Amino acid sequence: MKEAVHIGANPATEPDLEELVGLVALGDEKAFASVYDIVAGPVLGVVRAVLRDRAQSEEVAQEVLVEVWRTAPRFRADRGTAMNWILTLGHRRAVDRVRSVEAAAARDHKAALLARTPEFDEVTEQVEARLEREQVRRCLRTLTEIQRQAVTLAYYRGLTYRQVAEALALPLGTVKTRLRDGLIRLRDCLGVTA
Amino acid sequence: MITADLHLLTGAYAVDALSDDERAVFERHLLDCEACAQETAELTAAAARLGLAVTETPRPALREQVLRSITTVRQDAPGGPAVPRASGAAARNRALSRWALAACVAAAATFGGTTIWQHQRAEDAINRADRAEQATDGVTAVLAAPDARTRVARLADGATGTVVVSHSRDRAVFAVSGMASPPSGKVYQLWFDDAGTMRSAGLMAPGSGDQTVLLKGAVDGASGMGITVEPAGGSDRPSGAPIALMELPA
Repeated sequence: MKEAVHIGANPATEPDLEELVGLVALGDEKAFASVYDIVAGPVLGVVRAVLRDRAQSEEVAQEVLVEVWRTAPRFRADRGTAMNWILTLGHRRAVDRVRSVEAAAARDHKAALLARTPEFDEVTEQVEARLEREQVRRCLRTLTEIQRQAVTLAYYRGLTYRQVAEALALPLGTVKTRLRDGLIRLRDCLGVTA
Repeated sequence: MITADLHLLTGAYAVDALSDDERAVFERHLLDCEACAQETAELTAAAARLGLAVTETPRPALREQVLRSITTVRQDAPGGPAVPRASGAAARNRALSRWALAACVAAAATFGGTTIWQHQRAEDAINRADRAEQATDGVTAVLAAPDARTRVARLADGATGTVVVSHSRDRAVFAVSGMASPPSGKVYQLWFDDAGTMRSAGLMAPGSGDQTVLLKGAVDGASGMGITVEPAGGSDRPSGAPIALMELPA
């Protein structure tokens, strides 16, 4: 993409995802197409990070996007941004899928799990995505090694904290606190507020 | 066996690292704990940024598939306060989508989280609690008690047991997932452990590997709970070694 990217552009001219979701809630299919264009990439990215398999990821991403359509009338803007709602939904569905598959399969070996930690160096032509990626990667570096591993194994691999504990050979209580401490650091570094 | 201090689970919840049972217990807790809900919202917003950072470009065909699917999917009825109304045609302008993601990223950075405690999850928790209430009156009261404390244990065969105790109500709830069926003609019996003496706390329902049971009788200072395999109808005292023993949370 060659166009200039207007990060932090005048808010008055930005398309507001919350407004679009509000239109979708009224059954507006065109508005849904605009929502799709904004969120499909992030949704697919989240799902694929957890599931890896491209075909399965597209299937789950499709389910998530249809669920966005179906449940938009119940979206509560006072409880968070639409993007967070949608990405949370996407992550949850990907995790549900990976756990249902895992229930029937042997648990992954630690080395295999760690080897699958996502590559942040993939080339992307989308400037805005690269900026976001850079910022997140920079902030992940402010975490301790254990915090970073716990957060990435849980979020990007869809592991329960129990599985994280097994993978890293740490007590359960330690994993719980590292996940919390790591996300608090990430929140502060990214300037996230709620 | 680890004491699961609910306040510490905000991070694990934000990255979906809890089991379904633990998630349900935690979500009940969020309804009563404003500070936890706020922290959970912030951490979930931070986790969403991990998601934005791995954005991929979908195949164009996916767009067609999704847009075609929604024409046959009926939308839910509104479940809460009205969502904000869009202000005009600009919101529908497809040309805006080119930089819309950037705008979103910027918005996420600016307004951040406000996130997460979205209605579906709250409703899921309430629905689960409602069902539990219908099934066993009192389970919800224990789970929702302000002093509810939880302990989670891995049981045999990969089953997970969660015991929740409310000392103010002097009652305990045991939730299990993935538990194998008892041998034919046998039942699982629950026990309170009174310093080594086992006191019956009722039977588990047969035939369900996932269930939530209100333990029969008061906790009355019991230090732990156990599960044994007993003949149908249960026993007055354990007839064999327990298949699981858990300490009750303090």
